[in-house]
Amino acid sequence: MAPRHLILAPRPRLLTRRTALLGAATLTAAACDSARPRAGFLGAMERVNARLQAALFDENQLAPELPPEEATPPGAFPQYFISDAVPLAPPGWTLRVGGMVARPARLTLEELQRLPSTQYRIRHHCVEGWSAVASWHGVRLRDLAEYVGADPAAPYVELRSFDSGYWSSWDRPSAFHPQTMLAYGMNGQPLPPEHGAPLRLYSAVKLGYKMVKYLTEVNFLPQPTSGYWEERGYEWYAGL
Amino acid sequence: MSAAPTRRPQPWPIRVAHWVNVPLLIIMAGSGLQILVAYPMLGPRGRPYGWYPFQGTPPPEWARLGDWLAGARQWHFAFGGFLALNGLLYLLYLAFSGEWRRRLFFPRRDTRNAVDTLAYYLRLRKQPPPQGLYNGLQRLAYTSALLLGILAVFSGLTLYKPVQLGALTTVLGGYDSARALHLLALALLALFTVGHVILVLLHPRSLVEMVTGGRKPDGP
Repeated sequence: MAPRHLILAPRPRLLTRRTALLGAATLTAAACDSARPRAGFLGAMERVNARLQAALFDENQLAPELPPEEATPPGAFPQYFISDAVPLAPPGWTLRVGGMVARPARLTLEELQRLPSTQYRIRHHCVEGWSAVASWHGVRLRDLAEYVGADPAAPYVELRSFDSGYWSSWDRPSAFHPQTMLAYGMNGQPLPPEHGAPLRLYSAVKLGYKMVKYLTEVNFLPQPTSGYWEERGYEWYAGL
Repeated sequence: MSAAPTRRPQPWPIRVAHWVNVPLLIIMAGSGLQILVAYPMLGPRGRPYGWYPFQGTPPPEWARLGDWLAGARQWHFAFGGFLALNGLLYLLYLAFSGEWRRRLFFPRRDTRNAVDTLAYYLRLRKQPPPQGLYNGLQRLAYTSALLLGILAVFSGLTLYKPVQLGALTTVLGGYDSARALHLLALALLALFTVGHVILVLLHPRSLVEMVTGGRKPDGP
């Protein structure tokens, strides 16, 4: 008897174009949560991008110095603080410098002003998308690090303020960029309270929310920490 | 030598790049518009660009993705690299397969055909001009869209790294100029997409070909 012919139906395919597409869409939707943008796939890609940005970082790449006529008109440079009113420095304010340093210090403004000073007029880039220009003067963070004997093995720098607990943390190369300073002056004047007096971080290489104002503490740390906006979902590296 | 005459209308690398572009462009456009909501102005602080008609007008809610600035930024930077990579792979394929010859717009070869095709669409001409895979007008549109994509990627890179990519920032006229160009690229790409979808609906065979690849031309 002739073998019975089996009807050769194609084996059901496990992976069809349609299931692949639906699967990809479902995974994307599940792994990308706008309310928790530092988790899931979005968070994983943030870490990939942070590594790319760190690899691209060149400390000799400077932001161009701008001519005086580039200045943002008076009053148009936005003020920003998280407290309800302009935070004012407590009496007897000092900057505490600690962590992995040979000589932990509490520095008065006068002591900071005796360190080598620097100044520049560069463009400010806000996470919101606007830009503005002012000139800043102060002491390079790398010069402060040298003054206190910061351990070269400390790869992170944390900055804290008296603005209702506002804080952030940086990678060492960005913190030691020649255009990263602790600014005590703006547009040739002492830093006004609306812009972070008596001392704020200013830099060419990070977005505005990384530049902590109303500084109280600088810590050189072995581990990365977070920050006020970083805890709320904004990227940590935020380099320019 | 022209692109192999025996090749299907839409080889698979073209189709993959085309369809991968669809979700990526939607994600980038939506998250980009949500980012714009945070500061819906063009020009630096205190000196907004007078020529921009939509100063202060946030884009409509239905067109946004990411809910808020941080969410939208993380979407934008999570997927932007894939869009650029897809475009790069597409360009490499065009270059090495010879497909660029039958797809890209060359003014000397295609201008006449593009004008005649436009005249035909406008009922100023009875017969369509002769065409191969694409007519001159299609080549013009697709090549423009490709250039807009390149502009979107490079202006986006400038906004992402205005200091480290300082030379690029200078080429594009500075940070705020790059931001305006980035939005312009989006607006023109959106316009292209509307026209593209309408014309594909009028010529459904092109949609079938972009899905299946289409039939190989009969051999000699």
